[in-house]
Amino acid sequence: MSYLNIEKEDNIVIVTLNQPEAKVNTLNEELIQGFRLLLDKYEKLSIDGIILTSGKENNFIAGADVEMLKNKKAPEEIEELSRTGNALLTRLENFNKPVVAAINGSCIGGGNEVAMACHYRVASDSSRTVFSQPEVNLGLLPGGGGTQRLPRLIGLQNALTYLLTGKNIYPRQAYKMGLIDELVHKDALLTAAKEAVVNINSRSFKRKDKRSLVHKLAERTPAGRKLIFSQARKHARSKTRDNFPAPSKIIDCVEEGYENGIKAGLEMESKYFGELAATPESKALVNLFFAMQGAKKNPEKEKARDIQKIGVIGAGLMGSGIVDVSVNNGYRALLKDQTVKQAAKGERVVWQNLESKVNKGIISAFKRDVISSMITPTDSYSGFRSVELVIEAVFEDLELKQQIIKEVEKVVPEACIIASNTSSLPIAKIAEASGRPGQVVGMHYFSPVQKMPLLEVVETKQTEPWVTATARQVGINQGKHVITVNDGPGFYTTRILAPFMNEALILLEEGISIEKLDSDIQDFGFPVGPAALFDEVGIDVAAHITDVLNPLFSGRGIKPDNKSKELFEAGFKGRKNKKGFYIYGEGSGKKKDPNPDVYRFFGGEERSEPDSGSVQSRMALAMINEAAWCLQDEILQNPTDGDLGAVLGLGFPPFLGGPFRYIDRMGAGKIVDRLERFEQELGPRFTPAQILKDYASAGKLFYS
Amino acid sequence: MENTPAAGFTAVIVDGVRIPFQRSGTGYHNLSSYDLGRMVLEGLIVRSEIEPDQIDRVIMGNVIQDVNTSNVARESALGAGIPNSVPAFTVSMACISSNQAVTSAVDLIRTGQAKIVVAGGTETMSDIPIRLRKNLRQKLLEARKYKSPKDWLSFFKGVSPYDLLPEVPSISEYSTGETMGESCDRMAARFGVSREEQDAFALRSHQLAFKASYDGLLEDELIPAVVPPDFDTVVRDNVFREDTSMEKLSKLSPAFIKPHGTVTAGNSSAFTDGASASVIMEEKTARDLGLTPKAYLRSYTYVSQDPCEELLLGPAYAIPKVLDNMGISLNDIDIFELHEAFAGQVLTVLKALNSDTFARANLNRSKKTGEIPLEKLNTWGGSLSLGHPFGATGTRLVTTAANRLHKEDGTLALISACAAGGQGHAMILERYAG
Repeated sequence: MSYLNIEKEDNIVIVTLNQPEAKVNTLNEELIQGFRLLLDKYEKLSIDGIILTSGKENNFIAGADVEMLKNKKAPEEIEELSRTGNALLTRLENFNKPVVAAINGSCIGGGNEVAMACHYRVASDSSRTVFSQPEVNLGLLPGGGGTQRLPRLIGLQNALTYLLTGKNIYPRQAYKMGLIDELVHKDALLTAAKEAVVNINSRSFKRKDKRSLVHKLAERTPAGRKLIFSQARKHARSKTRDNFPAPSKIIDCVEEGYENGIKAGLEMESKYFGELAATPESKALVNLFFAMQGAKKNPEKEKARDIQKIGVIGAGLMGSGIVDVSVNNGYRALLKDQTVKQAAKGERVVWQNLESKVNKGIISAFKRDVISSMITPTDSYSGFRSVELVIEAVFEDLELKQQIIKEVEKVVPEACIIASNTSSLPIAKIAEASGRPGQVVGMHYFSPVQKMPLLEVVETKQTEPWVTATARQVGINQGKHVITVNDGPGFYTTRILAPFMNEALILLEEGISIEKLDSDIQDFGFPVGPAALFDEVGIDVAAHITDVLNPLFSGRGIKPDNKSKELFEAGFKGRKNKKGFYIYGEGSGKKKDPNPDVYRFFGGEERSEPDSGSVQSRMALAMINEAAWCLQDEILQNPTDGDLGAVLGLGFPPFLGGPFRYIDRMGAGKIVDRLERFEQELGPRFTPAQILKDYASAGKLFYS
Repeated sequence: MENTPAAGFTAVIVDGVRIPFQRSGTGYHNLSSYDLGRMVLEGLIVRSEIEPDQIDRVIMGNVIQDVNTSNVARESALGAGIPNSVPAFTVSMACISSNQAVTSAVDLIRTGQAKIVVAGGTETMSDIPIRLRKNLRQKLLEARKYKSPKDWLSFFKGVSPYDLLPEVPSISEYSTGETMGESCDRMAARFGVSREEQDAFALRSHQLAFKASYDGLLEDELIPAVVPPDFDTVVRDNVFREDTSMEKLSKLSPAFIKPHGTVTAGNSSAFTDGASASVIMEEKTARDLGLTPKAYLRSYTYVSQDPCEELLLGPAYAIPKVLDNMGISLNDIDIFELHEAFAGQVLTVLKALNSDTFARANLNRSKKTGEIPLEKLNTWGGSLSLGHPFGATGTRLVTTAANRLHKEDGTLALISACAAGGQGHAMILERYAG
């Protein structure tokens, strides 16, 4: 079987892409070579046109083969790859017969660039059809003409938005903006494509400019464009804090194409593509991409048991979030709380999310009903007799959780899995209340569950393999990237967050201001600073976590900072009671001002200006060192899960790849040196994990 | 397995639920019968713990059709997440529609065509279809063939302002043009049922419903409803009035026949929104699934009479027939659940059953059927007080009767109901021993 399958109908050549032995088509060297031969052959033959379509079910081309980039080490090689591709696509664009792309399914990255080089694009209105240029998320730019052809099709301002965010474009939007020329149902694709060939040949097709009047006016003059580019640059800088090199390069390429023509634009694109691919940021993001792909697969899939109905206990923010991702992915869910009224509030959250999809035309009102019908709010255990997985998401109180396990086990079937969504309590402790501790497992979701991509599955020494495998599978089905860690106080994510937050409190005591602390940490690459995080997570929760982790850290001679407890006892809980490190008034959503009331716990309102580098260093190393401790203590089963957990769960800067990638990049020796310096200056909380010293002296890497 | 001749399959009711019945225009005023239907089916599936893909058929009763969901059983089933491979159909037989749903289920099981059937009913009176006048309707259909804008000029030719007024459907008999209340009033007069008797029976119904509701007797049949978009919860019926009294009832003026009529708003059933559903199974299938049925569904019958003179008298005909079928008498019945369309209607039926004259003249029997003791009748309230969503009452009667057999420790229960069109139904349930 070859990648390109060629048939001829009505003197039109229909090329069906069907990458052998792969679920999806990717843009690889074989395909590029295939295209070249195709053009060579039909350039001289008398045919009416060419149609490109896909033999895969829900996929046109899912993007460039990222493996291919990984194999090419030198920037020049990658630049050359882009240049070859661009030359070929330019040839396609200038081909002497119409070339029409008939698209059903995902048309991503390089796939979209191939489609854009065609003369006409017809796409199906299937919910699986989606377009995007997500290269920016890998620290790259679209290296196959994307920076040039997208703005020419949908306008400068629209194009910049999608090039700089990598956001999805759905078929209707794509049609409205002009990315595609025609929208049809799936089974009419070929008919429409053939008709397009005929229309182009008879010159009866002319593309309309679908830009809005405002966009047209702004984009027409060099001055207008200059303003657009300078604003895009400003916005990109403030968003990325200069940590990501790709956005500014993307803007440069688009601008070059506008001011000096597409040829110059393509030339710059290839050059920058090579440069970007060689940056450590892009390498980290590409590695992360592979790790994330891995966390979507279940190595123990065959051990997982089938789950149809999930019982969720506690209809708060977490409980309703878990129900949301469950019912939207085919599970039935019982949502239990003290009263039906409270439980119904949880269903309402899910309904509102569905309703906003209905309003955007993403799903029908009927589909909303069907999904919502999958949730049953309840105040009793009636219906739990056939539940195969219970996830408790009640208040963080060991006795309460134990009591719930006892209650649940009286009603659920023998083989039911009991999962706890605790963020810190050791699962083994909770399992002490269970008559079947082998079926107790931790499923630690992150808030808001609908958005946060991570699930931390926690297994105890007693947890049976099928139980872990099933929890993992449920998480993957719920759309999560799953890491599996061993049990201990705070497991992995909460445990490495604790020293980070602890350090923030100490820095505040030393005199740093709230805004500087948060800003420094955001500059380092975290999406939010620690003070804002305290407010989001809840100062009460932070105080609780400090308590849970205290024995562990005191064992290493560390005295945890008690400020979160003091704050909590003084009534500060963070956003939930609008009393935290920031002021929460009316008109939320705007930029928040720090709350000066907090300073009385940290030595008064007089604040100092410590060096940003040292602030960042102390904060980051606190987390990184603890990650190493977790690997050493066998909480972590491998460094990949450690990196994924930190990036996806805690917002560790993705362009650094995660704690372990970062250690590898900096060298374990250097990390140990810095930690030891801090240890001398600041105390035993910076004592490097032995494993770091071992790796340093052996010159070993976590990823070899 | 369809069409295989099989005898000896026994139908049992395994579970039955309803969402709380609400006076029209209150708790469910924004919802359609489809919404109510899907809510009750969802609740039934979760409560009874049957796997949705094991269901062989879904049958729902419904009286006032919404054209958008004319097979409301199908739309409700899909909306409740029942797999699209499960066929569903809607039955309509006025107030005994969901009785027809239940007995259709019984037939499917007895003939071996199905093992697990969901039978129920759904009705809203808060959103009845209001139509355009016939003249305008025809014009609009004609307009679909218009080609040029000029054609539209002819549209208003022959349309009077009256035609623009919408037409609210009336609750009257199509064949006689008489409303049910009028008919009941005449019938009560004929059988000598007084206004006081009617008010007293209505009061009893409200008091019993109130007691049942607050003593938790209805807990087994009620599932809470949560109403989008605000997800207000409805956990209790709201038709019964605990504060009503003979004094209050006697002050109401006749609603249908003025001035000497006896049927008032107080002794009639009210417009109600609601839905009910039950799981009917083949006995062995239920046992194999580890489920304990509530009751056997034994003999049933349907009868019909003159819609003018005996519109609501169906039970007086159906009850003796179904008793004869089983070879038993009224004394063998421990539990009675009679539909209460009007207090006057129930009392007329009771009088007719207890009348030798009626038996001889109308039933071709030498002796009366007998007296139904009030202490065995509708002890948890009835349609007068719990409400009467036309298409959903039948399943409520069956479910309540089954539950009462267990709570009141009886063996046989009899349910019966009248319906518009002069029709009637009766069925016998036997408590499941095991």
